[in-house]
Amino acid sequence: MTDDILLAAHHVDVVYDTGEGTPTHAVRDVAVELRRGELLGIAGESGCGKSTLAYALTRLLQPPARLAAGTVTLDGQDLYALDREALRAVRWTRLSMVFQSAMNALNPVTTVGRQFDDIFRAHRPAMTATERRAKAGELLDMVGIDPSRLRSHPHELSGGMRQRVVIAMALALDPDVVVMDEPTTALDVVVQREILDEIEELRERLGFAVIFITHDLNLLLEISDRLAVMYAGRIVEYADTARIAEGGALHPYTRGLLRSFPALTGDRRDLRGIPGQPPDLRLATPGCAFADRCEAVVERCRAQRPELERVGEGLSWAACHVARHHPSDRQAVPTESAGQTRGGPA
Amino acid sequence: MTTGTTTPAALEVDHLTVDFKRRGAPSLRAVDDVTFTLHPGHTLALVGESGSGKSTVVRALSRLVAPSAGHVRLAGADRTRDAAYRRAVQMVFQDPFASLNPAHTVGHHLRRPLLAGGRATRSDVDARAARLLDAVNLTPAADIARARPHELSGGQRQRVAIARALAPEPAVLLADEPVSMLDVSIRLEILGLLDRLKRERRLALLYVTHDLATARHFAADVMVMYRGQIVERGPSDDVILRPRHPYTQLLASAAPGAAGSRERAREARAARLAARRARPAQPRETSRHAPPDEGCRFRPRCPLATDRCARRPPVVPLGPTGHEARCWLHVDAARQGPAA
Amino acid sequence: MTATATALAAPPDDTAAARGGRLRAALRSGRLRAGLGIVAVLALTAALGPLFLGDPDAVSQDLSQAPSAAHWLGTTQTGQDVFTQFVVAARGTLLIGATSALIATAVSAVVGIGGGFLGGLTDEALSLLSNIFLVIPGLPLVIVVAAYVGAGTGATILVIALTTWAASARVLRAQTLSLRTRDYVLAARLYGESRRRIVLVEILPNELAIIVSQFIFAVIFAVLTQAALAFLGLDDPSNLTWGTMLYFAQNADALTGGAWWWFIPPGLAIAVLGAALSLISFGLDEVLDPRLRARRRRP
Repeated sequence: MTDDILLAAHHVDVVYDTGEGTPTHAVRDVAVELRRGELLGIAGESGCGKSTLAYALTRLLQPPARLAAGTVTLDGQDLYALDREALRAVRWTRLSMVFQSAMNALNPVTTVGRQFDDIFRAHRPAMTATERRAKAGELLDMVGIDPSRLRSHPHELSGGMRQRVVIAMALALDPDVVVMDEPTTALDVVVQREILDEIEELRERLGFAVIFITHDLNLLLEISDRLAVMYAGRIVEYADTARIAEGGALHPYTRGLLRSFPALTGDRRDLRGIPGQPPDLRLATPGCAFADRCEAVVERCRAQRPELERVGEGLSWAACHVARHHPSDRQAVPTESAGQTRGGPA
Repeated sequence: MTTGTTTPAALEVDHLTVDFKRRGAPSLRAVDDVTFTLHPGHTLALVGESGSGKSTVVRALSRLVAPSAGHVRLAGADRTRDAAYRRAVQMVFQDPFASLNPAHTVGHHLRRPLLAGGRATRSDVDARAARLLDAVNLTPAADIARARPHELSGGQRQRVAIARALAPEPAVLLADEPVSMLDVSIRLEILGLLDRLKRERRLALLYVTHDLATARHFAADVMVMYRGQIVERGPSDDVILRPRHPYTQLLASAAPGAAGSRERAREARAARLAARRARPAQPRETSRHAPPDEGCRFRPRCPLATDRCARRPPVVPLGPTGHEARCWLHVDAARQGPAA
Repeated sequence: MTATATALAAPPDDTAAARGGRLRAALRSGRLRAGLGIVAVLALTAALGPLFLGDPDAVSQDLSQAPSAAHWLGTTQTGQDVFTQFVVAARGTLLIGATSALIATAVSAVVGIGGGFLGGLTDEALSLLSNIFLVIPGLPLVIVVAAYVGAGTGATILVIALTTWAASARVLRAQTLSLRTRDYVLAARLYGESRRRIVLVEILPNELAIIVSQFIFAVIFAVLTQAALAFLGLDDPSNLTWGTMLYFAQNADALTGGAWWWFIPPGLAIAVLGAALSLISFGLDEVLDPRLRARRRRP
């Protein structure tokens, strides 16, 4: 299984040097692994570090943010050891990105076609103009936009169409991994659904793997294969999506987050979110960051921070002192020899 | 209309129409002939996507934009120009980071509406402000009152904004996407707070949202708006669980979690993709422009459109509960006699 | 729904303590400290200096002397003490600078905020007025007006104020246009706040930073314009300023005659005052915009 792993991050720490006192830790000791062709969901609320993680995984962190510790490897190759030229070769061709504001990142003064041209010219200098145009048209058609739109300027397209163009661009050079940070958040439900359908279809056709980052856990339950839930800079639960979708969430935060989305068709019970609010990342707490909001909190939670540990069979990790004893944990009681490794899956 | 007709209406909106003038183009009809009633102690949800005109309805009711036609009656009286109307119809804004003045303390945001509306005197204004903060679960009130907006979280700010809207003791509260900019985990808390205040204070609440799930859970009745028109309305379970207008059906099927399970979500996706492949890209993308005629505004996107949809669709009653849809599809069934 | 006790994200300080904290944070900016220090020294000199010194016009037998213990900055062609003149001139210069900047800022605030808030015809008319004043070339107008109304401190102040207000009025109008559609202003309209209070209490405090920076630059502009006018002989020569000192020095051929102690102190003082005010403005920007601070700290 390990040879299947495309993108791997271990012990990733991202720090913001604010210039005042202690630096802010936005991401702490995070490990994720992305297998070929899978969709890994990363869920969490604003300020939990999920976007910062996306930038760290693609080596796009801008000062004052910096990778303080950890490694990110793409097919065994350390992304942070590459020089500028090698990194440029890897971007787009192997690893590409779609960010939340991406639809506003299109250059407003040139046509969509020219912007595709720029990508091909930079990375595929051997292509002729005719080939470039044909390929760009094909890509647009793939995301459900008429190829005649190559002559359009970005402002002539709706938000949903612009986001599709950006996705088409991210796929232009057939990457292995696409990191998508809230790619549909700014869009209406119907358009969001259309774009998600397209991503799924393209994934089946082209076989790229996706890291999909969003606050909408409900959405990830439908589209992801595996799921990491982040809270206050750390992954608190890392599991097969199917288990969480079947009610097997282990961490009280994951359960709270699930409860925060009332079911469209379900009955009207248990309509509450999670009391309180996420902690200030600047303040260091000795215990679990979620302790103050947790319904299952015990004394130990405030004194000692729980490590991310394997709990149960399969991909089933949680950072919680009480998770393994919770009734909703339908797995067999895990033994200490279940292969615990500090900080994440080995 | 629907449930709640036993209580006298708090706000009656009659044939409300709002046009926006545009330079060098015909004016844009943002709200087209919208009629509804708000009752004390009841929540009505207004559901629609961006550009549907739902926020314009709110702004017309709070007199921030002028309607071009229609009537608004407060407790039976047609007196929207009064200062009394202003105070009786209050609003909670979408963005809690923009709705509080960064230059002032929380206390200022509550003292001013209390004093301006004559609901407090200089001597008891602080006590009343503290009571408002208590009412929205912001404690300890004295500390919060001294804080400035930037010291509060999004959820706390929205609570302050709700307290400010309550200060003039309104009869009607217009909540324009009150939780869409907040963290997921605190949305239900805020909606629950609005729900409790509505009950305790007999507020007539208009909950404007794009989220069908919370609309169904927090409102007794739902109206679905598309390009300025109400296309379907009725008791929330009828409209959202058994939608009859093709647009509502599309909305309900697109909502995350609508399928119920991962397997069914996959099946639904396969079905949608098959349907999409049958249609070329061109008509799908141009469909964002509504036709300029009197016909159904949804028909360019509608999978069930026929020739008669080019004529203005009638409002068809769909049962005894007040469920109705503006769609030609249901005309024939309705003519054969109302469904049980 | 269960009632939830909600704790504050950050405990609010006592207001006075918070203010003090902000002031201390502001003074951590080196630029602001340097600028404020220089301006304070100049202002104190201008306010208190003349009390300890004699008549700046008094002549003596020491003609065109270089600086010495008796005359710290030497003497003029007619034997007047340059140091005494310099100190008294500081008072005149700062007074004209501050007064015209105050008038210009007040006018721009009324025109800019008033037009931006009221909108409609009022705004159109006020915008037209500022645009007219904006396209009139400043210094030639000042020269013409000064020549027409005649020399005099009051006239100089008015003339300078008249030519400076328009640019900042436009800045304030743009800011007001943006602020008046903010949700918190709409909310104030909804609960029935009066227009006067909306402008003074809800909008104005959010424009203070801009107004202060506009004022600072207006002072710089006024001091420079006054110096230029005086140097050209268009200001009242009996009102001693650094500009009139330069004028007299020029007339007495101090520059060609090598009497550097006569023209360098007032010239340098104008430059230092301008630099100090700019430092204050940059320093304030830094304090008010944390992004600048972080960016500067990186190598």
